[in-house]
Amino acid sequence: MSETKTAMYICNGCGLGDRLDTDSLGKLAQSEGKCTIVRQHDFLCNRDGVDTIRRDIDDDGVTHVVIAACSRRAKTEAFGFDDVALGRANLREGVIWVRPDTEEARETTQEMAEDYVRMACAEIRYMQRPEGNPNTGDNKRILVVGGGVSGMAAAVEASKAGYEVLLVEKSGELGGWAARLYKRVPNREPFSDPQDTGVEDLVKTVEHDKNITVFLSSVITRTSGAPGQFSVDISAESGTTSTENVGSIIQASGFSNFDAARLPELGFGASADVVDQAGLELLAGKAGDGPITRPSDGKEVASVVFVQCAGQRSDKPGHLPYCSGHCCNTSIKQAMYFKDTNPDVDTLLLYSDLRTPGNGEDFYRSAQRKGVTFTKGQVREVQTANGALVVKFRDMILDDDAEARADLVVLATGQVPNSGIDIEPAAAEDENEGSGVDAASNNNAAVEVPLESVLNLDYRQGPDLPHLRHGFNDSHFICFPYETRRSGIYTCGPVRRPMDIAQALEDATGAALKAIQAVENASLGRAAHPRSGDLSFPSFRKEGCTQCKRCTVECPFGAIDEDEQRYPVFNESRCRRCGTCMGACPVRVIYFESYSVDTVGQQVKAVQMPDETEEKPRFLVLACENDAYPALDMAAQQGLQYSPFVRVVPVRCLGSVNTIWVTDALNSGYDGVMLMGCKKGDEYQCHFVKGSEMAHYRMSKIDDTLQQLQLEVERVETYEVEITDIQRAPKLIDDYVNRVNEIGMNPFKGF
Amino acid sequence: MTDAVATNETILVVGGGISGLTAALETAECGKNVILIEKNPSVGGRVSQLYKYFPKLCRPSCGQEINYRRLKANKRVRVLTMAEVVNIKGAAGDYTVGVSIRPRYVNENCTSCGACAEVVSAEIDDPFNYNMKKIKAAYLPHNMAYPQRYVLDPSIVGPEEGERAKAACKYDAIELDMQEQALELKAGAIIWATGWKPYDAAKIQPYGYDRFPNVVTSVEFERMMDPFGPTGGRMLRPSDGKEARNIAFIQCAGSRDRNHLKHCSRICCMATLKQSTYLQEQYGDDSEAQATIYYIDIRAIDRFEDFYKKVQADPKVRFVKSKVANITEDRDTHDVFLHGVNTEGYHRYDNTHDLCVLAVGMEPSVRAEQINGNVAGDASGFIEMHEANGAIFGAGCASNALDVNRAVQSATAAALRAIQVVNRVAGAEV
Repeated sequence: MSETKTAMYICNGCGLGDRLDTDSLGKLAQSEGKCTIVRQHDFLCNRDGVDTIRRDIDDDGVTHVVIAACSRRAKTEAFGFDDVALGRANLREGVIWVRPDTEEARETTQEMAEDYVRMACAEIRYMQRPEGNPNTGDNKRILVVGGGVSGMAAAVEASKAGYEVLLVEKSGELGGWAARLYKRVPNREPFSDPQDTGVEDLVKTVEHDKNITVFLSSVITRTSGAPGQFSVDISAESGTTSTENVGSIIQASGFSNFDAARLPELGFGASADVVDQAGLELLAGKAGDGPITRPSDGKEVASVVFVQCAGQRSDKPGHLPYCSGHCCNTSIKQAMYFKDTNPDVDTLLLYSDLRTPGNGEDFYRSAQRKGVTFTKGQVREVQTANGALVVKFRDMILDDDAEARADLVVLATGQVPNSGIDIEPAAAEDENEGSGVDAASNNNAAVEVPLESVLNLDYRQGPDLPHLRHGFNDSHFICFPYETRRSGIYTCGPVRRPMDIAQALEDATGAALKAIQAVENASLGRAAHPRSGDLSFPSFRKEGCTQCKRCTVECPFGAIDEDEQRYPVFNESRCRRCGTCMGACPVRVIYFESYSVDTVGQQVKAVQMPDETEEKPRFLVLACENDAYPALDMAAQQGLQYSPFVRVVPVRCLGSVNTIWVTDALNSGYDGVMLMGCKKGDEYQCHFVKGSEMAHYRMSKIDDTLQQLQLEVERVETYEVEITDIQRAPKLIDDYVNRVNEIGMNPFKGF
Repeated sequence: MTDAVATNETILVVGGGISGLTAALETAECGKNVILIEKNPSVGGRVSQLYKYFPKLCRPSCGQEINYRRLKANKRVRVLTMAEVVNIKGAAGDYTVGVSIRPRYVNENCTSCGACAEVVSAEIDDPFNYNMKKIKAAYLPHNMAYPQRYVLDPSIVGPEEGERAKAACKYDAIELDMQEQALELKAGAIIWATGWKPYDAAKIQPYGYDRFPNVVTSVEFERMMDPFGPTGGRMLRPSDGKEARNIAFIQCAGSRDRNHLKHCSRICCMATLKQSTYLQEQYGDDSEAQATIYYIDIRAIDRFEDFYKKVQADPKVRFVKSKVANITEDRDTHDVFLHGVNTEGYHRYDNTHDLCVLAVGMEPSVRAEQINGNVAGDASGFIEMHEANGAIFGAGCASNALDVNRAVQSATAAALRAIQVVNRVAGAEV
């Protein structure tokens, strides 16, 4: 490794030169900070300033650069030197913008700036430029699990971009449920009639695509590895197993139909003439262009009632609490099967809210034109005595009880995801012993998903992707719909949320993009979302490790396995670089090149601690870089102020906060430590899933330590801060500072 | 962000809202070069104007921060703001796109120090707040604005205010003689993500949006909740600045209506359910605070049902199944009266409210047929997938009325379609 040469560049622009004694900051960087080169510039982010830095790197061998100017969130592109280790001392948003420009404030403002310079120097000393994960795989094949519409579409779309695909289907043929549909809901103008499903064409496309290898009657019996280097066992019904290497995985395991036998009150099972939507598709397929006949006696159907939300949107045990989204359009389509053959067939659709978003509205209007009757009604019972079907319902418009006789009743039942084993309840017990984090509240109780594993991951944290709500393998994030909690494995289609063919095709295409991206990034050693492109990765010093398993248990992404001796095995390509493992490690052996217990810990220690006679307390604020830190930046931009006694350190995630930073701070005289993370709990916003929750838990445990030190527990506080808390965050700081000041100075000062 | 040279392997993304940003980032993170064109001075689109997302009630800027960080870190994306496409020539794999860039009068030297805004006194309507607020004519579009760079409104570019702003800038960032610029860019594929605009509520005459101050749109109401918005984060009536406690929400304002938008805009039910929770946030247990939602069908599709149930359990919210017939107002108090029939049982009503929020529908900002003459669209102007479109792919709300989650999915899919084209181009050139 080449010799380390550190340079600091202090900007005098944006009022920094006026408000601060930058000469003394420079001297400090040289003396205490051990910077070989210290330069000042009136306007560092302009071409000349940036060129100055560039020249020092190119001609003078500078390996470590500290920019003492604005926030790391500002001028990021101008200072985007990616061939050196880079640190930023935030003197603008972090100091002068949050302090009044007055004579009295000058001294404390300068002290703030000096500390940030010391901290930046301390950080850079322990930082290395990330070199990228060397343990990469460059396999670019994509595995698609599931041969329904979603899986086939994902395969075809990935292939069109030039990627090889393995498509594994459990049954003996491609097509899934969609292949059993007579027709589909229209997806283009004029949105007025059912149209061909297109499934046959899609199957042919898959079968003729040289990039796609299809495994029928096969399941995945083992998945190991990481993005770029997964190894999967594909086992056929015949008993043969082949082991294949793939770079990423798309899980398109689809749905099962809700078991209508659970709806005896609606006559299913009691009469063959009560069918679910899938049953009606079969009848329609059998009838072709002719009239649909009823199963019991083959009589032509003259009247049919569609019961929407059958066993759905319901709190009853065994029912589905959610809406399956497609069923209103599907029933409309099915009513048209009758009307298009014989306009005289009575078709009544009983619904509570008719849900035909987008151009479904045209389809709905088309059905009205064709004479389909729509009534807002709550169906209570379908009577089946003597072979005559009577649908009893509450007519919500007339506010009266009503009934309808029918030859056939169609129940619009919902989709149940084939999402594999719910790993949370099992994992929760294990986790609780280590961290005390409550098991994710079990929203899945109402929905029984099939209990076969889809992926059989040999990960320490369970064989399948974690479920979200009601058994679906969806992402928790509105703005990042593909973010599953297992890197390089994406889901699409109705396993994510209930959906129709049109949505599944779109979703599959998106998932294929993510799968391609995963293999491209894995081969370059780069992180996936949300730290996309991050080249740092976790390592650990084996000699210090006590095999406590905390890192393996607490990793939110299942990136760490254990070897036979219970040492952690990092799968770097699965890692999202949040540092939760680093925060968890009680013996502090886990580190990233650019982010470690030292890069933060040494900043904590670098702050100059005034003795108690000076009445200048010091507070450490550890702020989540995605929410709290930007909120403080924006507060500064708005001219809001906060105490000059705080020193803010951005952290990748509150989950990466190692308690040693907190205890060290208190031992070295800080009067308090404040943690600002994002929202935890069921509606968590933490982009590393559990980071904020972990931090809250760990800090609750630190109380014992504080009491042993005879320090007040109020000195350490953890807050949930949103990025929009622009006004609240500074106030939170000031209120906290005032509260601790009332308790008094930390007695450890000066020791 | 860098000055990448555009070739026919470059992907051009038009529109920098959540869909365009997503398409650009997802594409670039697959190793492709991207040019992102945004009409406004900053990217982020309508999502940055949202106070909260449904159903999590989380903050849109949280995800934006991640996206901006991705953008700042990715040298493959070049962002052009205040830019619009004027013409598209060529075919799939080989487009030449004419782009026009309006002058910002502020160059890349800007440090966003704010000195120019301090010396400028002229004010303009703030488009970020749907013109409900005035801002200085030298401005940063909003707190999260990216690029983080000021803009000078053309109205002050001149000898007085303009020169004053220029003199205040120590960094030569203000260029009063900046001219409109015309560019020609090569691109192999184009992702069209120009998003949506709220339906013009004034066209729904019976609701009197253009006549009654206390009839506002859902997008305006959303801005009112922002502490930095026009009412400082409070639900204040436009007529008298008093707190609105008894609020009506009218669903399908313009949507599902052959006289206006014939499609269902999909998001409005959820947006209203979300906005109804703001009453609890604002007024706590104050029993006078009441939201009344006038609806035809509540379309809380798939897992959104959970959120609907939560709102149904809220004593502050009641539901009336009705298409409101018309609105009148009390000339003195400016209270609004909603007239109609509750179709559940056919009861006529004549209800008084402090404020009425119209859940306005979505229409495409740019209609498909306006793009280059041969992009297929549905009757509402949303882009349809069609072979005739060549390598112009609709993404997000340019292609359908979508919520954020679905728009991002759509944008991710569009990214792959574009990549398929440029990969073919690359293969052909090897």
